[in-house]
Amino acid sequence: MKVIVPVKRVPDTAGEKNIDPNDKTVDRDGIESVLCPINEFSIEEAVRLKESHGAEVKVLLMGPESAQPILRKALSYGLDAAVQITDDALAGSDAIGTARAIAKALEGEEFDLVIFGNQATDARTCVVPAAVAEILGLPSLTYARHLEVDGDKVVVHREHEEGYDVVESTLPAIVSVVEAINEPRYPSFKGIMAAKSKPLDVKSAADLGVDTSQVGQANARAVLTEFEQRPPKEAGTIVEDDGSGSTAAQLADWMQSKKFV
Amino acid sequence: MGELLVLIDHAEGQPRKLSLQMLAAANQVAGQTGDTVSAVWLGEGGAGAAEVLGRHGATKLYSWNSSDAFGYVTLPQVEALQQVIDTSGAQVLFFASTNLVKDVAARLAIRVEAGVITDATGVEVVDGKLQATKEVFGGELITRCTFADGVKQFVGISNNAFVAEETGGGAAELVEIDVTLSETATKAKVTSVEKQVTADRPDIAEAAIVVSGGRGLGSEDGFKLMEELADVLGAGVGASRAATDAGWYPHRYQIGQTGRTVSPMLYIGSGISGAIQHRAGMQTSQNIIAINKDGEAPIFQIADFGIVGDLYTVVPKLIEELKARKG
Repeated sequence: MKVIVPVKRVPDTAGEKNIDPNDKTVDRDGIESVLCPINEFSIEEAVRLKESHGAEVKVLLMGPESAQPILRKALSYGLDAAVQITDDALAGSDAIGTARAIAKALEGEEFDLVIFGNQATDARTCVVPAAVAEILGLPSLTYARHLEVDGDKVVVHREHEEGYDVVESTLPAIVSVVEAINEPRYPSFKGIMAAKSKPLDVKSAADLGVDTSQVGQANARAVLTEFEQRPPKEAGTIVEDDGSGSTAAQLADWMQSKKFV
Repeated sequence: MGELLVLIDHAEGQPRKLSLQMLAAANQVAGQTGDTVSAVWLGEGGAGAAEVLGRHGATKLYSWNSSDAFGYVTLPQVEALQQVIDTSGAQVLFFASTNLVKDVAARLAIRVEAGVITDATGVEVVDGKLQATKEVFGGELITRCTFADGVKQFVGISNNAFVAEETGGGAAELVEIDVTLSETATKAKVTSVEKQVTADRPDIAEAAIVVSGGRGLGSEDGFKLMEELADVLGAGVGASRAATDAGWYPHRYQIGQTGRTVSPMLYIGSGISGAIQHRAGMQTSQNIIAINKDGEAPIFQIADFGIVGDLYTVVPKLIEELKARKG
């Protein structure tokens, strides 16, 4: 079986983030970028399918050349090969434009299953996996907290606010996973060394046949117009408890003053 | 004059709180544009909600009374909505920014050429264009987004960002619709639905108050204390990743960078140090209370009220105090 894991480069949660005031895209100069933490779970799930079903796994990333270390990082977990979509025409794409480019890249690949993370930690829009499935005319079994492949069938437990739905579909299919699905392992030293020499296929929008009037910032359907840093919080009331729990009454007073009681 | 559509999210025949909040968001926009607000109910029980939806500002209610709406994955809802959009000519759709509904919006956006903005915490019309406020990077940046000209506009509304309001309208006019599903729509089946939420405790995404526990609880038992506090306040219970990874509380209640985002009126964190990964999931809460032994814990930097102390001493006393004040 063949599996593709799309991944994303995101700003490190712990680092500084800025949006370039001129082009309104994430300013990546001088900020720490990482493999999206949710992708550790989608990669782990793919590695498990390698182990249990002998799956061949490719990782796919859309982003500039400078994002290649993210692909190498993904490969170090034991994935087989990488595909990068990189083109200036794609810069600043919104979620729908991103989905169009990823769908085109997938059309050029063979796969039974595509495993996304359910969200990226930057904008947390969550719409790319289902939009890709729609473009490709495939089922979207997203928010998986459990995933089983049996022959040409996939069963997923889709997590939602009240519990989960058990859903099933034939392959090929698009899934996304939530972090409850597994415990990601760390890459081994051997994996890190091997990742350096694994095949990386770099493709442009033209290579993939992406219609450039559908992607990129100029063609985004949802447009960022303004942004501001969240104003810093004013210091609150901090009290030290003397071990008797007497501060609980002060807290209850405060809660009452704010009408929470 | 056009119609603004609001896709009603519902459970057991009742619209969820968020649906009434979405109607408030739509009313606000309609007040600026002169459009009318129409609700869309997919699944059984829509007719019974015509009155409450009307009271909250919906003049029309499109209802597809079918168990197929949720019998297959996503596509039946997409196809039904597509039909409503095609017949009504509506350009704007408000939807619940929740896991499963975001998929409906995503797939529909491809079909009807729409832009999608999720997790909006504000909406307004500026220079004739619909604009939404959205927080990104775990609430560190506040952005305003709008749509390209000529595309349909889908706006996902966050829980608790709007206040539900009755507008004095009568029951919404019921428009029954019938949908013939495509073959593709029935390919992925829902074989069972597992409810895991305790009936009398709200989900953390919807709750006005969230009580959350972390590593400092020390054991699974600590969550019994968290639940006791939550129940005094009518709150939902969440957990940090350290606590869910330790197996003390189910993963689906994990708040943070890789888990869920909450933005309640009040967040109470006990035994949570407030690592950046956790803060990314809760720092947009309107009020934050922190109880932690470690006075250096970063959560105190964002707390409106913090207690440096042993949660096992403070929280039981707090429960007593709250019970006494409630009478």
